Amino acid sequence: MAEKNTKKIEFTLGAVIREPGSTIKNKTGGWRAMRPVLDQSKCVRCGTCWMYCPEGAIKKDEKGNFVIDYDYCKGCGICANECPVKAIKMELEKK
Amino acid sequence: MIRGLPEEEFFASGHRACAGCGAAIAMRHITKAAGRNTIVVQATGCMEVVSTPYPETAWRLPYIHGAFENTAAIASGIERALKTLGKKYNILVLGGDGATFDIGFGALSGAIERGHNFLYVCNDNGAYMNTGIQRSGATPKYAHTTTSPAGRVIPGKLEWKKPLPFIIASHRAPYVATASISEIPDLYSKIKKGLEIEGPCYVQVFSPCVPGWGIDSAKSVEVARLAVETRICPLYEIEGGILKITKDIKEPKPVEEYLKAQARFKHLSETQIKEIQAFVDGEWTRIKELEEKKCRFY
Repeated sequence: MAEKNTKKIEFTLGAVIREPGSTIKNKTGGWRAMRPVLDQSKCVRCGTCWMYCPEGAIKKDEKGNFVIDYDYCKGCGICANECPVKAIKMELEKK
Repeated sequence: MIRGLPEEEFFASGHRACAGCGAAIAMRHITKAAGRNTIVVQATGCMEVVSTPYPETAWRLPYIHGAFENTAAIASGIERALKTLGKKYNILVLGGDGATFDIGFGALSGAIERGHNFLYVCNDNGAYMNTGIQRSGATPKYAHTTTSPAGRVIPGKLEWKKPLPFIIASHRAPYVATASISEIPDLYSKIKKGLEIEGPCYVQVFSPCVPGWGIDSAKSVEVARLAVETRICPLYEIEGGILKITKDIKEPKPVEEYLKAQARFKHLSETQIKEIQAFVDGEWTRIKELEEKKCRFY
């Protein structure tokens, strides 16, 4: 236990952080209790879920499909609530 | 581009905002509108705490964190330094309603009076949410907060919300606008406009707080939309001192629908709901009149 708490942080002058967007190291997907599942056959690719996601965890792939990044999705359920065609269902997260 | 919004994210995933945070949605699109050529100055508050857990940062833009009270003063200094160096960047100043309505108001008022060229964006969730839901000048009347607890003694906060957009407009600010996280394209274009217009501009973004308002995390956008549809949060812009309503709500929903959706208003009596309805109706009539008669703020 003691070893775990002695993680070394290198302090910079003026507490400057040199790596932009470094919170991506922190996978917030572990917070999730409910898991959004997107049904691609119902999806009309309007981008509403992408627009309202607080995490930026919904991305558009090369084919133009929207995909949910479960590494960062906190399972808030806004996407499922806002989807105009109800293509996203919230399911209980199973470990 | 998706729905006319850029795909590049300047507010990275992995930030520590609560699930369903309205302000995090706002941060994504505010930074998208500002673009890469931007310096961010941010006040203490929720969005600062969740986005910069040392030694990490969610920002993909040059970023400086000030204190509650001096954010607008820091932005003024940056603006003057860049002017001297002959460099041109967008200066985006971010603060919550605590930093903007209360603690940092003096510095903001001074910076607008001096006419610095920046855009100040206030994320208005109506209380000090980061420190544990204390009332602010932006808290609506009768809302329960930890420093205006609803009970036998008082029915929540006793005062109305401070009309900050009008106060800023009266400072001769060239551009003042209100926006909501439920209307992202409108928010996006108002941020763009605020950065393009020379001089101190101000945009106030209405964004629900899941724990502070006592709502379901899935409902934060829905509640923000209800605020617009019930005229609780009128969307307008004041350009050159003249007000224009940007989203006219012709058939408003009763305020009760908005109030009943939140735990912070669950103690309200019929009379109190009626009082809020009368206030909202009165404010809308006043704003409408300002628009129709082309009244000048300066």
